[in-house]
Amino acid sequence: MNKIFSYGLIMVLTALLTGALVAFLLNIRERKEEGRVRNVDIVQLNEEITDPAVWGVNYPREYDGYKKTSIVTHTRFGGSEGISKLDSDPRLKTIFAGYAFSVDYNNRRGHYYSLLDQQETLRTKNFKQTGACLQCHAGGLKQIYEKAGNGDLMAGFEKVCAMPLKDAWQYASHPVACVDCHEPKTMGLRVTRPAFLNGIKVLKEKEGVKDYDPNAMASRQEMRTYVCAQCHVEYYCGPKATLFYPWNNGLKIEEIESYYDSYTFKDGHRFYDFKHELTGAEVVKAQHPEFEMWSQGVHARSGVACADCHMPYMREGATKVTDHHVQSPLLNVARACLQCHHFTEREMLERVNTIQDRNMKLLSRAEDALVSLISRVVEVKKQGVSEELLVPVYALQRKAQWRADFVNAENSMGFHAPQEAARILGEAIDYARQGELLAQALFIKTSSNQNNVKVEK
Amino acid sequence: MAIQSLFQKRNLVVLAMICAGIILGLGGFIFIYAKGYSYLSNDPLACANCHVMQGYYDSWVKSSHHRAAACNDCHIPHGLVEKYLAKARNGYNHSKAFTLQNFPEPIRITRANIEDLQHNCIECHATMVSDISAHRDVGKGQARCTQCHRSAGHLNLD
Repeated sequence: MNKIFSYGLIMVLTALLTGALVAFLLNIRERKEEGRVRNVDIVQLNEEITDPAVWGVNYPREYDGYKKTSIVTHTRFGGSEGISKLDSDPRLKTIFAGYAFSVDYNNRRGHYYSLLDQQETLRTKNFKQTGACLQCHAGGLKQIYEKAGNGDLMAGFEKVCAMPLKDAWQYASHPVACVDCHEPKTMGLRVTRPAFLNGIKVLKEKEGVKDYDPNAMASRQEMRTYVCAQCHVEYYCGPKATLFYPWNNGLKIEEIESYYDSYTFKDGHRFYDFKHELTGAEVVKAQHPEFEMWSQGVHARSGVACADCHMPYMREGATKVTDHHVQSPLLNVARACLQCHHFTEREMLERVNTIQDRNMKLLSRAEDALVSLISRVVEVKKQGVSEELLVPVYALQRKAQWRADFVNAENSMGFHAPQEAARILGEAIDYARQGELLAQALFIKTSSNQNNVKVEK
Repeated sequence: MAIQSLFQKRNLVVLAMICAGIILGLGGFIFIYAKGYSYLSNDPLACANCHVMQGYYDSWVKSSHHRAAACNDCHIPHGLVEKYLAKARNGYNHSKAFTLQNFPEPIRITRANIEDLQHNCIECHATMVSDISAHRDVGKGQARCTQCHRSAGHLNLD
């Protein structure tokens, strides 16, 4: 009995040990394979293949991340549930009165929705828009433009920008896609959006570099920002000119403003996005100047690219992958921040919260000041003050509105450049209140004139 | 009877030895396959075997210490016994973490290893830092060389 027990024990122990060892061996082998095989080329990718799903066959990890941009996420000041900014901040209805943004203005969603969101918003359903909008909402843009321009990218760009958006959609079959940022043979980063190529060229020319071509001259780290800066920027995409990025004088807010102020449309009219319905001022709408705001912050100065925080490296087993689930770094603090910042996740979140709370408070003041200016102008206009006298007030509304909107439209609640955002908002409040004082002075002057007239009678 | 009992006992021993042989053979194969022997060496590439350390290895190649010190020179105690104790402790922790894939990233140095590291900085730079290392906060472990010289060995120190 004892003997059988001993035999049994030896067998069971050996079985357990060999089992564990084989499992360990296979684990090591799996890690080794992950470390060795980067990807398997199952399909031969080329310029013609724009469908991300096909690229995903060769790059399943990256494609999984890309698909995850469809996941609904939420941070304190952003979220991809399709939240209306107009509901959460009704002041925006006054600020954008007379413009499509006063009708439908939602928080951004992930890349996965870029084409769908454009087709669903009331800004394209109820308003006529140009094909220019396609440049950042469809994937495979290079291919679309080359097709439309018979092989000439820039000619196709001009052509598609000029057509109605609904016609341009016929070319679009995917949202922002792999082929837009990656060269299909080498997977190297590249920029393909013509308006960015033009914009960065004039910006570099101002800095003294002639004929700048980012695809040939930018470093890899610069490209990890430029691929994002193809779209996350300020631009003009209205019907009066071909889509352009206003970087001729530089990236700072007043450099952009000075370029817009010196710009005249082909019809001879000065630059503006819309005529304010309540005041009549010709004002400028900021888009989402993330690249411009980032360029003024400490992260840009330290050489940190967009992808470092929004697409940090991650490890899957022994494979290093760039996380293609592009999202707020606040949802991925460990990988996004702690690689450089040697603090806890909680500490980093608290730092960001402090910055964003301060920015939110200042932004709220700026919008209050702007709404206050607008209502004062409305009152003054009711009194019949001449348009001529209101010209300087309109100029101040344009300046104040451009600044408040620049910070509001920029997706980081001030984080990309906190001091710059605060400076801009400080100026916005100042210009808005200056305008209000001026309007108030006109109001008093006109009422006393009217009273005087009455007395004289 | 006595002979039979001896025979049976020998059977048991033979079985135990066969089993031990299988385990040893398998274990030995794994040891070689996983380059277990490399961990006994001073080769910095051994530290990057499991890929987690690849970034640290890559930045060490470009660091100021590249010509002066390899991973072990800073991270492992220099005394013979302490050296293999530290290697065993880290080897166990690292292989457990990498096998189970359950460690937080980015990785952070542990308390015991940070003490070894600080000790090694002072050991090599003793003549230059003797005045500094006599400071009270150094003794208490509150002031450490790598707090300021963060990228002396490689990036992402702490």
